[in-house]
Amino acid sequence: MIKPADLVATAARAVRSNPMRSALTALGVIIGVASVVAMVSLGRGAQAQVQNSISSLGSNLLIVVPGAMNSAGVRGAAGGFNSLTMSDADAIKKDVGGIIAVAPSVRSSAQIVADGANWNTRIEGTVPDYLLARDWDVAQGRFFDESETRQARKVVVLGQTVAENLFPNSDPLGQRIRMSGGAYEIIGILQSKGQSGMGQDQDDIVLAPLQTVKRRLSGRQGRPDTVNQISIKTESEDQLDQAQQDIETLLRQRHRIQVGAADDFTVQNLNSIAATAQQATQTFTALLAAISAVSLLVGGIGIMNIMLVSVTERTREIGLRKALGARRDDILHQFTLEAVALSVAGGIVGLILGVLIAWGVTTAAKLPLILGAESALMAIGFSALVGVGFGAYPAWRAARLDPIEALRRE
Amino acid sequence: MLVSAHNLVKTYVMGDETVRALDDVSFDIPEGDHVSIIGPSGSGKSTLMNIVGGLDTPNSGKLVIAGADVGEMDDSALAAFRNHKIGFVFQSFNLLPRMTALENVELPMIYAGQPPAVRRNRARELLERVGLGPRMGHRPTQLSGGQQQRVAIARALSCKPAMILADEPTGALDTATTLEILRLFHELNDEGATIMVVTHEMEVAESGKRIIEMRDGRIVSDRAAQRRVPGAAA
Repeated sequence: MIKPADLVATAARAVRSNPMRSALTALGVIIGVASVVAMVSLGRGAQAQVQNSISSLGSNLLIVVPGAMNSAGVRGAAGGFNSLTMSDADAIKKDVGGIIAVAPSVRSSAQIVADGANWNTRIEGTVPDYLLARDWDVAQGRFFDESETRQARKVVVLGQTVAENLFPNSDPLGQRIRMSGGAYEIIGILQSKGQSGMGQDQDDIVLAPLQTVKRRLSGRQGRPDTVNQISIKTESEDQLDQAQQDIETLLRQRHRIQVGAADDFTVQNLNSIAATAQQATQTFTALLAAISAVSLLVGGIGIMNIMLVSVTERTREIGLRKALGARRDDILHQFTLEAVALSVAGGIVGLILGVLIAWGVTTAAKLPLILGAESALMAIGFSALVGVGFGAYPAWRAARLDPIEALRRE
Repeated sequence: MLVSAHNLVKTYVMGDETVRALDDVSFDIPEGDHVSIIGPSGSGKSTLMNIVGGLDTPNSGKLVIAGADVGEMDDSALAAFRNHKIGFVFQSFNLLPRMTALENVELPMIYAGQPPAVRRNRARELLERVGLGPRMGHRPTQLSGGQQQRVAIARALSCKPAMILADEPTGALDTATTLEILRLFHELNDEGATIMVVTHEMEVAESGKRIIEMRDGRIVSDRAAQRRVPGAAA
C-alpha cells in the first residue's frame, strides 16, 4: 500500500507539472480567500474604531439630555426642552447611589479672537467633575476649580484643535482670548481625544466654568438654572443600569411626570450605545464576509472543472497506475489531494494577499489593522474544505475508471 | 503450477448480443514457462490476458495464480495482486511522460509501500540489467522505442513478480528492436522468470517455449514452440 508521504509527493508533482494551469485554477481560491480575509479584517478594524471612539466619550457614562418638546401632540427636536436644571444635577448627586461624578453642562458657540487669529468653536460650560465623567485630563496647565465655577470667573481651557489654530507659534497658557466682547484667561490645554464616533472633532472645543457660560456667553436663554445635559459616571459598569433606572425615577418625580406620560428627558447609556454600534458593525462584517465567500465558492467550482478535465486527460495514466497496483482508494486520495493542494496553495497566497489588502486599506482609511491567528486558520481551513468538497467528484470519477478501458484510451 | 485455469468463461453483452470472449478455457502454466498466446483479433486472447493479470474477472471457472484464487478477490485485493504478482509490459510502453526512466521503474514499488532508498536502488539495478544504466535520468521522450520498452520491462520486474505479462510487446517496434526485446525476454526466462506474451506475430510466438492458439474464445491448440529468436547469432 502506498505511503502517505508518497501520495503527497505524487499529488504535488501533478500540481507542479502544469504550473500555469495550476496557478490559474488556484486564482479563484486566491481571490476568494483574499477577499474574505480582507473583509473580516476591515470589519474588525471598523468595529475597533467605533469601540474606541465611543469609549473616548468616557466609560461607565450616562448622559441625561432634555426630551423632545411635545406640545399638543406636535413633537419637536430632542433636546429642545429646557427641562434639565442644575438642581436636577444636585439631586442626582445626592440621591442616586454608585455614582462618582455628576457634571451638568451648557453649550454655546462663539467666535474667538486671539493674537490676530480668530476661530469659531463650541463653548461648553461645566464643572470640574466633567473631566472625571468624560475620562479627560489637561495636558498643560490646570482645570478650573469649584470656586472659579461659582464665581463665574473668566477662565477657559482650550481643546487641542483650538489651541493649534489660535496659537500656532506660541504657548497659549496665560494668554487671553476674546469672545462676545469679554477677555478670558487661558489656564489649561486639554489632552487630545480625536474624532468621536460620529466623526466630530472632540478637540474643537473650549471648556469654561458653567456659570461663566450661562451668565456671559449663552445669552441667558431659558430659566437661569437650565442646563443642556448632565454627564454622570458610575463607579463600575455593573452599576450603570441601576443608576439609569434610579435617575429616571428621580427625574420623573422631580419633573412631576404622571404615570403613563412620556419623559421630558432621555438618559443615554454609552455602554448600550456601544453595544448597538458593535452589533451593527458585526452584522456588516458578517455580510461582507458572506459576499466574499461566494467568490470562494466560484473558486471551488473552478477547481472542480479543471480536475474533471485533468481526469479525462490522464485517463491512461490512471489506467496504468491501476494496472501497476494502485487501489481505487489510492487514486481517489491522489486526485483529492491534488485538489486540496491546489486550493490550500491558493488559500495561503490568498491569505497573504488579503492581509496586504487589509493593511493597505486600513492605512489609507486610518483604521486599526486587526489580524487574528484565526483568520489564517480560517483561510487555510476553508480552502482545504473547498478542495475536498469540489475535488471529491472528479477524484471519484478517476477512482472508478476501469483500468482496461482506461489503458485502451488514446 | 504457477497458473492453473479451469473452465474459464467470460461473456460480454454488446447491444443485444452476448459475446463469449472466453468459452470454457482451461490450461496450466508451470513456473519458468515462456508461453505465447496467439490468435486473430476477437479470439479472446486479450480477455485471457486481462483475467490472468487481475485486471478483469471471469464469469465462471476457477483461476489460481501463485496459490491465490483470483476469482475470489475484491477490487483492492486484485490491485495488490497485480502489484505483487504481475509485471505488465504493454505494446505502447505506457511510461509516464513527466517522469524519468528511474522514476517510472520506481512507480510499482511506490504502490507496494517500499521506502525511497530501497526503490531507488532496485530501480537502478534493474535499469542496469536491461542495459539502460547511462540513461536512467532520461524522460521517455528522450528515449527510442526499444529503450522505452526496456524501461517498461524493468518496471515490470521491479516488484519481483511471479509472472511477466506482455501484451504485443513488440507491436510498436521495428525488426531490429523487436529482436533485442525478444532476446531480453529469453535472458530473463533463462534467469527463471515466467513469461506470458500475447501476440499475433508468429515469429514472436515461436521465440517462446510454448504456443497456445485461440479462436472464438476457445483454445484450439497448445504446442511446444521453437524457442528461437529469428536472425539471432546463436
